[in-house]
Amino acid sequence: MFWGIKFRSSVAGALLTMAAGTAALAQESPPEVEAFDSGKLLATSGLSQIEGAGGGGLTPWAVITGYETRDAIGANVHYTFVNTPSFTLHSTGAAVGFYDRFELSYAREIFDTRSTGAKLGLGSGYTFNEDVFGAKLRVAGDAVYDQDSWMPQVALGTQYKVNDNAAVIHAIGAKSAQGVDYYASATKLFLAESVLLDATVRATRANQLGILGFGGDRDNGYNAEFEGSAAYLLTRKLAVGVEYRGQPNNLSFAEQNRWIDAFVAYFPTRNVSLTLAAVDLGSVAGQTHQRGVYLSMQLGF
Amino acid sequence: MAVKPMSLFAVLFAAVTLLPLSGSAADTLYDDLGGEARVTQFVGEMLAIAVKDPRIARDFDNINLEWLQKRIVLQICSLTGGPCQYTGRNMYAAHKGLHLATLDFNALVEDMQIAMDRAEIPFRTQNRLLAILAPMYHDIVTR
Repeated sequence: MFWGIKFRSSVAGALLTMAAGTAALAQESPPEVEAFDSGKLLATSGLSQIEGAGGGGLTPWAVITGYETRDAIGANVHYTFVNTPSFTLHSTGAAVGFYDRFELSYAREIFDTRSTGAKLGLGSGYTFNEDVFGAKLRVAGDAVYDQDSWMPQVALGTQYKVNDNAAVIHAIGAKSAQGVDYYASATKLFLAESVLLDATVRATRANQLGILGFGGDRDNGYNAEFEGSAAYLLTRKLAVGVEYRGQPNNLSFAEQNRWIDAFVAYFPTRNVSLTLAAVDLGSVAGQTHQRGVYLSMQLGF
Repeated sequence: MAVKPMSLFAVLFAAVTLLPLSGSAADTLYDDLGGEARVTQFVGEMLAIAVKDPRIARDFDNINLEWLQKRIVLQICSLTGGPCQYTGRNMYAAHKGLHLATLDFNALVEDMQIAMDRAEIPFRTQNRLLAILAPMYHDIVTR
């Protein structure tokens, strides 16, 4: 209650309130509350999505990353590997969740063109590299506890992306090597049905996450894209699901399609999660039918 | 889509309201949990686990566990369609002043899940019960 109302103000106001609220909590709480309490229920911290935010695999969720409760801090690192017929994508990163309220994340994405690089005139093994700095603020609701209402947990997030390959990016018709995505996510656990649903809307100019730059000769403005996840809990430690991620179509040189996946996520303990998925990235940089495997590991404390 | 929102709603409403009839006549969650015997068994098991759980053991200091077990069984019975009336204090009054944190609440949920596993209650049935208990979080922890 206290949190929900106060955090609807600005980010700065929210952070101040958080600091004040934490101080008050520290006085009331039992003395054994620790900085890293690992008190969240198993799997309710979600996974690390491809750009580093807490979420599913392809899309962010409104849940705050890490196993901290409202009284503590949680952190994790991730490595994700995506392999399709023409390309390999590696995402490595770290994320911190503060008081189950605010999240900061970083991911380094390395997109290896393998032998396809020669076909594209870039040279075999040419790689695109991108840094993604993310922040997410939970603004309303509780995905887990509010089982007596339809209200989902809602969060607002942003991802600032810097691509190292400016020269190539301009050559293929993209307009910039840096971009900022803004998103709103609504996530709800329907516990009685053992189902979790997420819907996310992202305002973006990114081409293939930003790996092929931002904006383009065909469309240079922001587009609102829908992303979603649906998961079914098989046991406390095992979930299966599907995801969808819409993408804009900014470049005339290469069509860009929606991404979809079907995943299995395994949570043996709070410190580890493993995700295996079949992904379909559609057409990427002119290479059609980019279907393959997605593997992700998250280590947290 | 050619489907009108209202007709879609009608179909969903019919599906939701008719679903309970597809099982046996006495298909309450209380029955699915195994009735009084099994609920008493897993609540007792949960408390036995909880008093040894280092995260929350001290929350049960000075509490008569036999009495607490009876209150919890009665409450689960009344909340899941069983033939009981819970007459105890509400969750806010019962936990006020205990300074319970989210960690304590979740630890007991986990201990309950382990106890329900041991009582061989199916995962989906467990979740139906937890969905009823989850909103108590606000009265027990954050209010």
